[in-house]
Amino acid sequence: MVDLGSVEAIPPAETADVELYHPKSWLTKYVFCQDAKVIAIQYSVTALAIGFVALVLSWLMRLQLAFPGSFAFITPSSYYQFITMHGMIMVIYLLTALFLGGFGNYLIPLMLGARDMVFPYVNMLSYWIYLLAVLVLIATFFTPGGPTGAGWTLYPPQAILEGTPGQDWGIILMLISLILFIIGFTMGGLNYVVTVLQGRTRGMTLMRMPLTIWGIFTAAIMALLAFPALLVGAIMMLFDRLLGTSFFMPAIVQAGEHLKYGGGSPILFQHLFWFFGHPEVYIVALPAFGIVSDLISTHARKNIFGYRMMVWAILAIAILSFVVWGHHMYISGMNPPFGFFFATSTLIIAVPTAIKVYNWVLTLWRGDIHFTVPMLFALGFIVTFVNGGITGLFLGNVIVDVPLSATMFVVAHFHMVMGVAPILVVFGAIYHWYPKITGRMMNETLGRIHFWITFLGAYAIFFPMHYLGFMGAPRRYYEMGETAFMPASAMTLNIFITIAALIVGAVQLAFAFNLIWSLFKGREAGGNPWRATTLEWQTPQTPPGHGNWGKELPVVYRWAYDYSAPGADGGFLPQNQPPAAPASRAAA
Amino acid sequence: MTKTALTNMGESIARPTGWAGFSADWTSDQRAFKSASWGKVMIWIFLLSDTFIFSCFLISYMTVRMSTTAPWPNPSEVFALTIGGQEIPLILIAIMTFILISSSGTMAMAVNYGYRRDRVKTTALILATAAFGASFVGMQAFEWTKLITEGVRPWGNPWGAPQFGSSFFLITGFHGTHVTIGVIFLLIIARKVWRGDFDHERRGFFTSRKGSYENVETMGLYWHFVDLVWVFIFALFYLW
Repeated sequence: MVDLGSVEAIPPAETADVELYHPKSWLTKYVFCQDAKVIAIQYSVTALAIGFVALVLSWLMRLQLAFPGSFAFITPSSYYQFITMHGMIMVIYLLTALFLGGFGNYLIPLMLGARDMVFPYVNMLSYWIYLLAVLVLIATFFTPGGPTGAGWTLYPPQAILEGTPGQDWGIILMLISLILFIIGFTMGGLNYVVTVLQGRTRGMTLMRMPLTIWGIFTAAIMALLAFPALLVGAIMMLFDRLLGTSFFMPAIVQAGEHLKYGGGSPILFQHLFWFFGHPEVYIVALPAFGIVSDLISTHARKNIFGYRMMVWAILAIAILSFVVWGHHMYISGMNPPFGFFFATSTLIIAVPTAIKVYNWVLTLWRGDIHFTVPMLFALGFIVTFVNGGITGLFLGNVIVDVPLSATMFVVAHFHMVMGVAPILVVFGAIYHWYPKITGRMMNETLGRIHFWITFLGAYAIFFPMHYLGFMGAPRRYYEMGETAFMPASAMTLNIFITIAALIVGAVQLAFAFNLIWSLFKGREAGGNPWRATTLEWQTPQTPPGHGNWGKELPVVYRWAYDYSAPGADGGFLPQNQPPAAPASRAAA
Repeated sequence: MTKTALTNMGESIARPTGWAGFSADWTSDQRAFKSASWGKVMIWIFLLSDTFIFSCFLISYMTVRMSTTAPWPNPSEVFALTIGGQEIPLILIAIMTFILISSSGTMAMAVNYGYRRDRVKTTALILATAAFGASFVGMQAFEWTKLITEGVRPWGNPWGAPQFGSSFFLITGFHGTHVTIGVIFLLIIARKVWRGDFDHERRGFFTSRKGSYENVETMGLYWHFVDLVWVFIFALFYLW
């Protein structure tokens, strides 16, 4: 058996220490930089900046829903464009890029005791192609007709037909931007996976890796296998739009005129999209799971409960998530036995997920819980994820999903489970690792204000949406108008949600301010302010220098969660703390 | 920071057996694949990802072939050539397939001679592989030209389902792009072998990594993959 707690003999190094590329100028040190830490910061800043655009778009949507018709510049067309861009940016350009490109790049080499990623040059290209994808995406705002308004799922035929906003340039540039993103991601993803598989330091077995790395590693593999489906879908839709092929286009009569299309399969796109789209949920969620495990263990000063089960749960979720995509398509006219299959596989995913939640709770059980800002966000995540997960069990059943599918209930569900929950982890992780990245602590008071308003505000926004959905309020509608089944109070509720959304959005400015202010005025952090065991806190310099480790690579003697070590200095043992000599030898 | 590692603490290490042993081997210290370099693991994972791309293309082609209402043109007739007054079905495709599979043979030999440090033979065999690849692309260009002059377009063709032309150009085009990229990289590798980069561990222009004859094998893995994909395209598009 692999004994997690005990100390084993450490085998000698299998590969020679790598020689790093040494930057020769300012440009190669800070801009075209091959150092994973710099690339991580570039990824994170870009992702947060574009995420802010998506946040503003959600404000505009909420303003329209609460006060329909009060803002002249929000037309039905622009409303759909806001929805589309908000969804696409948040899911792909913010969360995927931030978790894998940002946290992945920063933490993988440091937590594994490596000097850098295995292919630093390719890693650098990955960022620049990502940036190009973001710029192409932004460019759609300035093209004639504006960005596409097809909804973030880009379903054909409407996505490329006349009448959909952004049919001119928006959809073309959106597809090109997605293709670029996938190319850029593949370059980074190969790095993350190979570094974890082959680039670890001595003593770092896979079963000693912090769960953060397990989450990011598994998510990167999933992304390498899921993004191909989106790539193929995007290429074929680009052909449909530009060359007039009919991969996804059936025979259509529009405005009394027979279009040139015919014989294609719109459902095919839905299959391709969701074969990517469902794993994508877990590509975002698994890194969040991993990071939360580490935050909870560190800030509750307790070893993670059931480490090995946590790892197997991550892998089980990863595998299962590739066979559940059909639950996004119950209303596409699916064959009932398929619905039965997809409902079953969907509900089975609840098992490994529940194992993880139980283990988090049991980690907290009788722990020495410190209510630091990262811990608050981690706790907020658990509650929110359970909330969103449970409505997921509702929607996983065909018979419940069919009536709820096009309502606000679904909006509330996926925002809870893959919007709010992962973003809480993003914040927690930033508060947690900021001291390592900059050498300074973030302001605690501002952090607490940020947490409580974001956390409570998110519930004020999304809880009422469940209720609206049950009443039958449809999603994606520009305005409700006079509807018999909607009581007037629903309108009041909409206003309430919008005010909450404005406040939550505004408090993110406090977070942005905190990020910048702490960079200059934050308290000096020292090397290991959280008294954590993992390797990134044991670097000789803070922030870690080029090559991370000085002359010699660290050697790992134990798992990442020795927080309850009796007799140890401060009660915890870093992973690279050598064991006391065996008793027998000491006696001799 | 770290003290000298204890490499041997006197205890014998019990090797786990069964599933625990399976897990322990896969999760072992430092490297999961003990005999594989970084580059080799990278290319295998990349090819796995690329497999998913081609699978999606081929499954999508089969789906539109089912969904379209117009009859599917008969590939045996469409891809026939009239040679000496006689119409031979799929003759060009047969030659192309033969050439591409032969190129896999020369590539495998190149890898072998590379590890024997035989600079001249390695270069010659890589160049032969590149020549086979280039002639494959050339014949594909000829085939495209022939079909285009006969009126096949991505959006339609004279014989039936428009999806025939769209799938054909998309899939063979995507595969042809792979072959073309492969030929370009073969030429680059051939130059490096000829110049002795791999003997002298000369550093790469972009990556500043030391060159080694393993690069020939990495290239070979990609090339064999491109051939293997062609076998599936041949079977599922041309023979079906």
